[in-house]
Amino acid sequence: MYLYDHYDQAMVDARVAEFRDQTRRRIEGTLSEEKFRPLRLQNGLYLQLHAYMLRVAVPYGTLSGSQMKMLGDIADKYDRGYGHFTTRQNIQYNWIKLEDTPDILADLASVEMHAIQTSGNCIRNISADQYAGATADELIDPRPYAELLRQWSSFHPEFLALPRKFKICVIASDTDRAAMRLHDIGIQIVKNEAGEIGAAFYVGGGMGRTPIIAPLVKAFVPLDELITYSEACLRVYNRYGRRDNKYKARIKILVHELGLEEYSRQVEEEFAHLQTLNIEPPLAELERIKTFFADPAYETGLSDDLDLSNPAFAAWVKNNTAAHKTPGYAIVNISLKPVKVLADGTKEAGIPGDATGEQIRIMADLAKTYSFDELRVTHTQNIVLPHVRKADLFTVWEKLVAAELAEANLDKITDIIACPGLDYCTLANARSIPVAQKIAERMADKAEEIGELKLKISGCINACGHHHAGHIGILGVDRKGLENYQLLLGGCEGADTSLGKIIGPGFDEDGIVGAVEKATQVYLANKEGEERFLDTYRRIGMNPFKEAIYG
Amino acid sequence: MKIITGNDLKSGAVTWWNGAAWSLHVNDAADMGDEAAAVIAAEEAARRVNGAYVIEAEQTADGIRPAHIKERIRALGPTVRLDLSLDPTATPDKVL
Amino acid sequence: MADVQFLFREGEEAVSAPTVALSAFAEDTNATAVVIEPGEDARALIPHLDRLSLVEVTFPAFTDGRGFSSARILREAGYTGELRASGDIGVDMLSHLHRCGFDAIAPNAPLDLAQAETALKVWPQVYQATVVDGRKPIWALRHGL
Ligand code: SF4
Repeated sequence: MYLYDHYDQAMVDARVAEFRDQTRRRIEGTLSEEKFRPLRLQNGLYLQLHAYMLRVAVPYGTLSGSQMKMLGDIADKYDRGYGHFTTRQNIQYNWIKLEDTPDILADLASVEMHAIQTSGNCIRNISADQYAGATADELIDPRPYAELLRQWSSFHPEFLALPRKFKICVIASDTDRAAMRLHDIGIQIVKNEAGEIGAAFYVGGGMGRTPIIAPLVKAFVPLDELITYSEACLRVYNRYGRRDNKYKARIKILVHELGLEEYSRQVEEEFAHLQTLNIEPPLAELERIKTFFADPAYETGLSDDLDLSNPAFAAWVKNNTAAHKTPGYAIVNISLKPVKVLADGTKEAGIPGDATGEQIRIMADLAKTYSFDELRVTHTQNIVLPHVRKADLFTVWEKLVAAELAEANLDKITDIIACPGLDYCTLANARSIPVAQKIAERMADKAEEIGELKLKISGCINACGHHHAGHIGILGVDRKGLENYQLLLGGCEGADTSLGKIIGPGFDEDGIVGAVEKATQVYLANKEGEERFLDTYRRIGMNPFKEAIYG
Repeated sequence: MKIITGNDLKSGAVTWWNGAAWSLHVNDAADMGDEAAAVIAAEEAARRVNGAYVIEAEQTADGIRPAHIKERIRALGPTVRLDLSLDPTATPDKVL
Repeated sequence: MADVQFLFREGEEAVSAPTVALSAFAEDTNATAVVIEPGEDARALIPHLDRLSLVEVTFPAFTDGRGFSSARILREAGYTGELRASGDIGVDMLSHLHRCGFDAIAPNAPLDLAQAETALKVWPQVYQATVVDGRKPIWALRHGL
């Protein structure tokens, strides 16, 4: 894990002092709301439906146990006992007071955390593969590059008033677990034919109103030009991105309107110019950062054997653990999508991504004891313990069961991504969470039979719930003042990224639950061999689903 | 009726204008008719409220009911966490 | 036009030469001071840097950050005359403007001096080499560069 040196700490402390001063000026009245708004947003503070909401950065989704514990403590001390993990690998608190915020930021700074640039028209927190450093299928750990970019993008004076927000993602595996090509810049660390490591840049992807899969802009940027090339991409965007219409202000529109060739030509020109200025940190800096991401002291000679005689444990191992690069270890996924079975047999689904302060601390403790003090937040709103000895899996599982954190449903239909929606969000058209809960409750018994099915719900066109990228996507819209839901099929955020298509007229809340159920029935009736829902959909197309749902 | 809602500047709490001050309870909201804009301007200038705006609502047997679902949720709390509502009688149906 | 409130050029006064618009500048070969608006290309000035003593970059809205790029581009090209930011400028922009190469600030409304002083001192160090601010970034300090 990256550890701050006195420079990093001084920067974060300076930010806390700056925001304390800005907050004081706002409360005293020398700073207007209009001027304060972008400043608070660049510290992650929104004014939401019920209160201020604070979004805390989890850089590239990686956290230590003590950082996680702090997140739990903040939930209890300053909020109402819970936090919400987001699709941007961050956490947000829903009931924050403006006057407390400087103190919260100071508490975060004490564990090397912050809320810097988690909102606003600037370069946002950088996301990454949640299995980085633990999975066997990656070329190299992508996080040192993400950290390098984090430092470069923090308070970059040229890029704090961009046309619109800007999201960067770094991965180093062909298995894309981070929706890399749906970012403003998606970077994949690759090896070229000469065997050198470098970065492939995909620019201009995104969801929202106009979903676009990012095209490849440059296949290989050498590692000692990563920052210079990023700066060129950003400068062209800052200068020429549209500012006349906020719905056309993302870089995807610029790339689209200029055309890929012209955008890359302009970037190349700027890149050639910036290369003459020596703005690139030396490779020694990258090496310094890399030392923090060295492998933990894995034990060797561990067995891969597991006693799977307990069926509930076996189901959890099957669904929620993934292969680790080291023999005898596993990657553990903690689902934040519980579906409780009550005494009378009815089901009660939790709120996707929510965890109580106590649960957050329990996960922190588990990380300390069983996962080399490390956790990850995933864009699917779950938590990962990246390095758990297989010999400890049963104990870890038992503790998760006791904390109601052991739902064995990773990537199943009940493992739903849902944005906060109209229950919390001022921009929403419709609620997302209750729809997620009803679907999870209705489908829980079928989840295992249906297998992998990624269902994603957004409460408005901003697509925080990634509905375009769901095998099944749901989009909340406002129909004459009533909540209405559109159904999309065929999206996918993996290596074979595709965008979902709207199947037909929308539904009310009960209607959408029924439509989802019918879609799964069509799949089960048509499935061939080992096909997943998505595979069957791609083979048979939209029509059989349409007929079943509207016929 | 036309009522005013906003958020308390310092705490962020949802508030409703009762004609003389801000209340946490929607049922205290006063019908402001055409005076709303002036109240909003004055209260924002005095930094007692943030992001205040006027909405349509109606007086029902159950109390004051904002016309739009968004403000009904503001008034009663997230429908998925009514344990956090200020109104102990809040149910999802009441919000909707 | 608002007055220059902050001047970071040692021992000099703000340039008082009359400014012309970028569109008129190429024709007007006597002009030594020019104004560029957010949508205009600062690079158009590069052939004329020698005869310029003032470039004023406007910020009609503080949320429009194009002027930051304009400033760096001019400094990167070797411009050494006064580089003035004017318009909708608040104290919280000051250190960023300075880091992008501005050495004169003319806000629409004068800023509180004490607040400005605090804001200018916020950052003990910086993460990036903008080059044009003359500051060594943290990575250079770390590696003794
Ligand atoms: S998708 Fe819309 S409703 Fe959901 S969190 Fe984003 S902005 Fe809010």
